[in-house]
Amino acid sequence: MNQATIGYRVFQAFLVAFLVGLGTFIMVRVLPGDLAYRIAAGRYGYDLVDSVAAEAVRLELGLDGSPILAFLSWFWDLIRFDLGYSLVTGELVRDAIFHELGHSVDLAATALILSLFIGPPLGLLAGFRPGSIIDRLVLASSVVFRSIPHFAIGLVLIMIFSIQAGLLPVAGHGHPLSRVLPALTLALGLAAVSSRIARDAMIKVRESDYYLFGRTKGLSESQVFFRHGLRNVSVPIITYLGMQFVYLIEGVVVVETLFAWPGIGHSLVHAIVARDIPMIQGTAFVMGLMFVFLNALVDFLNRLVDPRERVV
Amino acid sequence: MKKQGTGNSKAVSVYRTRMIGSGLLFFLIAFGMVGPFLVSGDPGRQNLSAILSTPGKEYLLGTDHLGRDMLLRLTAAIRVSVAIALITTATASLIGVSLGILAATRGGLAERCTSLLADTFLALPGLLLVLLLVAIAPGSFWPLYLGIAMILWVEQFRMTRALVQPLATSPAVQATRLLGFGPWYVFRRHFWPELQANVLTLSAFGAATAILSVAALGFISVGIRPPTPELGQMMIELLPYYQEAPLIFLQPILILFLLVLSLNLIAGGKIR
Repeated sequence: MNQATIGYRVFQAFLVAFLVGLGTFIMVRVLPGDLAYRIAAGRYGYDLVDSVAAEAVRLELGLDGSPILAFLSWFWDLIRFDLGYSLVTGELVRDAIFHELGHSVDLAATALILSLFIGPPLGLLAGFRPGSIIDRLVLASSVVFRSIPHFAIGLVLIMIFSIQAGLLPVAGHGHPLSRVLPALTLALGLAAVSSRIARDAMIKVRESDYYLFGRTKGLSESQVFFRHGLRNVSVPIITYLGMQFVYLIEGVVVVETLFAWPGIGHSLVHAIVARDIPMIQGTAFVMGLMFVFLNALVDFLNRLVDPRERVV
Repeated sequence: MKKQGTGNSKAVSVYRTRMIGSGLLFFLIAFGMVGPFLVSGDPGRQNLSAILSTPGKEYLLGTDHLGRDMLLRLTAAIRVSVAIALITTATASLIGVSLGILAATRGGLAERCTSLLADTFLALPGLLLVLLLVAIAPGSFWPLYLGIAMILWVEQFRMTRALVQPLATSPAVQATRLLGFGPWYVFRRHFWPELQANVLTLSAFGAATAILSVAALGFISVGIRPPTPELGQMMIELLPYYQEAPLIFLQPILILFLLVLSLNLIAGGKIR
């Protein structure tokens, strides 16, 4: 990975902090009522707020000063990970998020690995015989699964596996099998895209000169695939992983809410409903940072698989 | 259309999927428009003596858990989804194409500023950005509109900039400029014919994204507020009644799927 790409990702992380900070700052400013009273109520509880406490908060946070200065101090707190306390539970936001992030990463990683076992193999199979029945089936199911939003896939899976067959837990967390449905929901959507990418890449590689030469010089189909095909096919699949992370992070928000999975997306939605601004800020910030981090990881993996220096 | 594929048969198949998609979309919109003429009434009207009734004579598509007519609710929900998709993609295309042409023809500071703006909106996954805006003013329409338009314009911008950049310095455009034609003429004669097909494809994808985002927000109860019928919100409302009325429960899912499918087909079945 060269310095320019690392620099770009760091810059992107900075932009995430800026967007999240600006959004939550506006959120605080447009709240009805006196801001100092509201923050004091959040800190000390509604019964203990009086004008003295509100005045202390006002002085401490400089709420009468210019909005630009206030935003800068808000932003400074954010990039130091000083995220404050949840207005609902009173818990330190940093601790709550640290706890939830573990569950989300667990779910997302399971989904991603599962999707890599479903999507690319099917795509390669289709790419080996373009135009065949398998190819058409894979193509059609890819189009169908891309058109069903993750939550609808989840609903249908719940209907089939939990309510009808009674095989798997419907929602929640704790049972060893409870991760199966949410992870499968996300994985099917991801696999719909990666199977298509793998298919197109496989066709392109099979048409290439080096692949034909490998066959001509007498290598068997499997030899030429593992020596010359696999690595070249994986480059576009890894590149598109970066785009799939958008789907994964958006999916985590919705799918966690549907399956009551105690992760960071679930907590973001709850915070929005409860107007818990420190939690909104913290969860959105951490999810944005995860997105940037995963993209940096894709840059790195691409270098590893394809060492040729790219001209961008 | 021929430009899309390498061979003639590929172009024909792309053309065919587009036609199927357009037909499906036309049918769905027509369903949404005609609905209120088939059955008159208020989609919020409850008939508590006929809750979760199966499709039949009185209620063509049955009723939901509050005895509201599903036909009226579904058609209203289609109108909401399609209207939001339409105005957000129109806004996004207008802004994306204009800024893209600005960046490609002016270069320099204009390009750097617009690219920075695009990078800013790419830094967060789209739904997260919409959620942040929705959290500022929950339940109202403008954050939804603004947020979706903000995530859709970036693709249009990048596509336009990439396509117009080589055109802007081409001899044909130089000659047109030297002959004294204005920027509007250059846009219409030189830029738009090149952009047209791509703007359409990206708009179809964008409309699908918009419809999915609205439904996702409705599904997690932070989007369009009841009693306005909306597909995602209808799904989550009907979820508890799945076993009693599976036919009712599946209706919004089917409509949402068909809407997104038709738009994906119009986009040519390509991966963005």
